[in-house]
Amino acid sequence: MISLEHVSKSYAAGIPALNDVCIDIDGGEFVFIVGDSGSGKSTLIKLLLKELDPTEGTISVNGYRLNKLKRRQIPKFRRNIGVVFQDFRLLKDRNIYENIAFAQRVVGESNRTIKKNVPQMLSMVGLAAKYRSLPRQLSGGEQQRVAIARALINEPKILLADEPTGNLDNKNAWEIMRLLEEINSRGTTVIVVTHNMEIVKAMNKRVITIQKGVVVSDEKGEIRDED
Amino acid sequence: MRISTFFYTIKQGIANIWKNKMFSLASIATMTACIFLFGLFYIIVTNFQSMVREAESGVAVTVLFDEGISQERIDEIGKLIRARVEVSRLEYTSPEEAWESFKDVYFKGNEKVAESFANDNPLANSASYSIYMNDISMQSTLVTYLSSLDGVRQVNRSETVANTLSDFNKLIGYISAGIILILLGVAVFLISNTISVAISVRKEEIAIMKLVGATDYIVRSPFVVEGVIIGLVGAAIPLGILYILYEKIIEYIGLNFTFISSMMKFLPVTAVFNTLVPVALILGVGIGYLGSHITTRRHLKV
Repeated sequence: MISLEHVSKSYAAGIPALNDVCIDIDGGEFVFIVGDSGSGKSTLIKLLLKELDPTEGTISVNGYRLNKLKRRQIPKFRRNIGVVFQDFRLLKDRNIYENIAFAQRVVGESNRTIKKNVPQMLSMVGLAAKYRSLPRQLSGGEQQRVAIARALINEPKILLADEPTGNLDNKNAWEIMRLLEEINSRGTTVIVVTHNMEIVKAMNKRVITIQKGVVVSDEKGEIRDED
Repeated sequence: MRISTFFYTIKQGIANIWKNKMFSLASIATMTACIFLFGLFYIIVTNFQSMVREAESGVAVTVLFDEGISQERIDEIGKLIRARVEVSRLEYTSPEEAWESFKDVYFKGNEKVAESFANDNPLANSASYSIYMNDISMQSTLVTYLSSLDGVRQVNRSETVANTLSDFNKLIGYISAGIILILLGVAVFLISNTISVAISVRKEEIAIMKLVGATDYIVRSPFVVEGVIIGLVGAAIPLGILYILYEKIIEYIGLNFTFISSMMKFLPVTAVFNTLVPVALILGVGIGYLGSHITTRRHLKV
């Protein structure tokens, strides 16, 4: 599903943000990527989204070889990856319904499909009653759930979550993690970048640790039973 | 692209104008100011050119013929002259008409003296063509051509008037091209700046759209719709103001400055606005389209 082979990334004349990273992630896995600030986690996410290109090495995601991906192919590639950020990144001037519907509009879904799918997704994240609210009228946990709903509406095979609990209290953080676990149980590959070691330890999943741009450990958690 | 997506981008473009009221107003104000100046200048230039053309059309080249020339040859020469592109009008004055006009001027009060010439027209060889031109700068070429014609005795012209008008026309052309270019440059710079500020405010929004998998087209379309609408409104407002002002000013000059209005013939409102309206609208829409298209381009590489 995701493969990084000897990937390095250097920014102009600096120490490499990632250095000779090799990672393989199979379909349906739940993987934590942990590391200190500046360890290269965000660079890794940006490389997987093709926001950045590696200085060396090759990356394959979902059957796309990112090194060979043309600029005009990027939107289609990204539609197969759901992304969730620490700061939610919702469109502030649009209500919750429109925020989620937007992800469907960009893939050219009809209004009829959007009207059917968005309420279903809102129900799944427990926000059906708040569909007309603006992001600023919701709590951090609720905003993150909207972001997850938006990330999942197009049924991506991969969900990338960059510090999804970074701005949340403990209760909300656990709610989000349970939601991600549920999404993973439906077959979506989930990759979570986080600082929250309490959650990482408690969830007992595969953990890749990055320090100063190098993968220092890759510990398999308990293997989930697909059935 | 789906029709629903098309209407969605139009709706978003309109919504963006409303959501970013201050930027939209600033862009419309900038566009209005630029197109107003452009329109004002256009009106002055076209009126000036029309007045110069009017003056040019009053300047004639006169052709006199050899003694004893036949009427057939005069008619032939008339045909040749009419065929020239630079000739707008040709008037024939027969010896009899020339004498009548001469009498009116020089024998006023002495009609009896004039009568003595009754059977012997002193201007028998003064048949002439008065040639009016549509482009005074071609006068020398025409005169050379006329002098070369068989049967032409003399060609009279006013070189000073022709040269002055021709130079004046050229000068107006250069100045107007220069000022219009400067105005356009200023307009594109100001609009692009305003849109650039508006877009940098929405940079995050663009980045989110791109991460969700939006194509450049979908991200850009609402901005382009916004730019085009701002351009349309920014062109329509100055056109309306200029239309009203132009009518009022002509009316005012006609009523209060009769001397000026007898000297200068202003173009009718429709003659000016038949060209100005489409040009200003295309300009407004074009600047709005290009401004938003070029500026969004810089922010699409996410």
